[in-house]
Amino acid sequence: MTSPFIIDFLIPVGKIAAVIFYPMVMVIVMIWLERRVVGLIQRRLGPNRVGFQGILQPLADAMKLFFKEDILPERADRLLFNTAPILVMFSSLLAFCFVPLGEPVRIGAYELKLWVAESPVGLLLVLGLSSIGVFGVIFGGWASNSKYPLMGALRSVVQVLSYEIPVGLTCLSVVFIARSMDLVEIVRRQETAGVWYGFLLPVSFVVFWISAVAETNRAPFDLPEAESELVAGYHTEYSGMKFAYFYIAEYTHMVLVASLVVVLFFGGWLPPFPSVRALRFLHAVPGFLWYLAKIMFFLYLYVWMRATFPRYRFDSLIKLVWKWLIPLSLVNLLVVAVLSYVL
Amino acid sequence: MAFKELELNMGPQHPSTHGVLRLKLAVDNEVVLRIEPIVGYLHRGLEKLWENQSYVQGVPLTDRLDYLASLSNNLAFVLAVEKLAGIVVPKRAQYIRVILAELQRLASHLAWAGFMANDIGAVSVLLYGFEAREAIMDIFEEYAGSRLTVHGIRVGGVVEDLDDRVTGLIRGALLEIPKRVRDIQILLSENRIWKQRTAGIGAISAAQALEYGLTGPALRASGVRRDLRRDIPYSSYEDFDFEIPLGARGDIYDRYQVRIEEIFQSLRIVAQALDNLPPGEIRARLPRVLKIPPAEVFQTIEAPKGELGFFMKSNGTDKPERVKMKAPSFVNLQSLELMCKGNLFSDVVGILGSLDVVLGEVDK
Repeated sequence: MTSPFIIDFLIPVGKIAAVIFYPMVMVIVMIWLERRVVGLIQRRLGPNRVGFQGILQPLADAMKLFFKEDILPERADRLLFNTAPILVMFSSLLAFCFVPLGEPVRIGAYELKLWVAESPVGLLLVLGLSSIGVFGVIFGGWASNSKYPLMGALRSVVQVLSYEIPVGLTCLSVVFIARSMDLVEIVRRQETAGVWYGFLLPVSFVVFWISAVAETNRAPFDLPEAESELVAGYHTEYSGMKFAYFYIAEYTHMVLVASLVVVLFFGGWLPPFPSVRALRFLHAVPGFLWYLAKIMFFLYLYVWMRATFPRYRFDSLIKLVWKWLIPLSLVNLLVVAVLSYVL
Repeated sequence: MAFKELELNMGPQHPSTHGVLRLKLAVDNEVVLRIEPIVGYLHRGLEKLWENQSYVQGVPLTDRLDYLASLSNNLAFVLAVEKLAGIVVPKRAQYIRVILAELQRLASHLAWAGFMANDIGAVSVLLYGFEAREAIMDIFEEYAGSRLTVHGIRVGGVVEDLDDRVTGLIRGALLEIPKRVRDIQILLSENRIWKQRTAGIGAISAAQALEYGLTGPALRASGVRRDLRRDIPYSSYEDFDFEIPLGARGDIYDRYQVRIEEIFQSLRIVAQALDNLPPGEIRARLPRVLKIPPAEVFQTIEAPKGELGFFMKSNGTDKPERVKMKAPSFVNLQSLELMCKGNLFSDVVGILGSLDVVLGEVDK
């Protein structure tokens, strides 16, 4: 059991496979969830034929895209055009290395950790990696050599860069309280503090959630790919598997954001009220399931928002972040800093 | 960097140009400098076709004009023919025509609410609007056999009497539609994002609107009280009690409010017509071949999109010498540039949606 071959080779390889496999499974679930839930909200059925309740529909769609012709626009920049989807996909998958999926599992003397890498600056790395995806979007829009993708890419860049500021500032308020940038450590601190940080820092949570939805380019902030205006935004010219990469990366990013919200504000793998003695029995449920239940809630919230709200216009979107969210998160940061110093 | 404007081509294949409209835009950083609608992709030469069909055969062609409101087109064409030939339509047929035309207005406005909201990104409203419209499509299917291009109004009367099944369906729809429309109102009317996207956008003053020949809900949203159902009543509209909803600023939000309010008014008219349906014939007696001595008429009605008019000239045969159509969508589309200039590119789709143009009617 504890042979070095297993510990030093098989387990890391398995984890790396899992880091690719797990987001993919979540993406499939998410696409299915989105289509079914939006369908139900809109009083129709949604896909329900392929597999149980249509759960295999995303797989069927992926197969279709896989066999589709890969079109390279004549005047496109070949190198950038091909790099863009890879970059987008890579950055969102890599960030999952740092996301703790559950508490360490003990198998005999060996402790299996449910995360690939634990870094003292994990939060920073995740934020950085998710910003690399923006390059993919710029490259994709620029290299297509077409007007709609270019406008979509420009919108996307401005939007993502603006919204990264409140995301960073609200993350910082969490870091102040947890006194760590390590995602695993942040969860552990919430366990010792006995409270999820979302209840300590409600403002941070709300600002983070709004900004994170905007950063993933999802409705009501889905301007870069606003269908009714820009056709399909920066990936208008993409087809086949490259388009699928953009599509999957978007959903992976959503899963990542939901995971981050859960880890930073809702105690990661912790059950509700981790310190209340009467609720000790909740610890019997594996941490991974708690984590899963929480991120499913936030993924549902994504879909719910999309089905409800009209789309923001570009200028009011930028106004929202610079006039409201950034000042709000700055004040919030100041208050948190002072309070955590005083108390 | 030197100033350079971007020429952007929207359509004819674009998700929100409502058919095959092509817009040539000049934008500077998303701000619209110029906009030129290029029409004609759906031109079928209907005005010429009418010259080669008898008066009676010409009516089904009108179904394809504004394909979201085929019965209104039927009505306008048929009224012109009747005016030309001096046919007196029985009262019962007139009431049934009012019911059909108002149901068609409901269907058109509900579809519009869906499309418009979808353009601005509220995807669910599209489905709510269409669900409500479905009730009306079912009525048409039961009444005339087809759902979209309904040919229900004939020269001299209507195709069939309203039987119990159709009246039952209409009564059901009268109860069902207000619920769906309130859902739409809950989702949109007080929604901050919706208001940001619509209030003050694409505004046109009453004077400008009249100058550009705007008609229908788009004109009433600017505050001009002009509704042919009230001003020049046709088909017994003078018998019904209804209000003419008005806007004030003439922006997208007012157009939205006017149309939503018109839905409720149309429901009122349908209910009144159904309650007071007079007994009698549903069709006037016509000769086998309708030959009309030389004359000229112009007949307009208040169609869902605006004032739909037919100029018709007869020459003594069973075919019209010339038919000219005044299509409200075509006229309303002209003011697009005025409304869009200086606004953002994103607003173009909203403004275009709020004008409610149907390309079948624009291109004829």
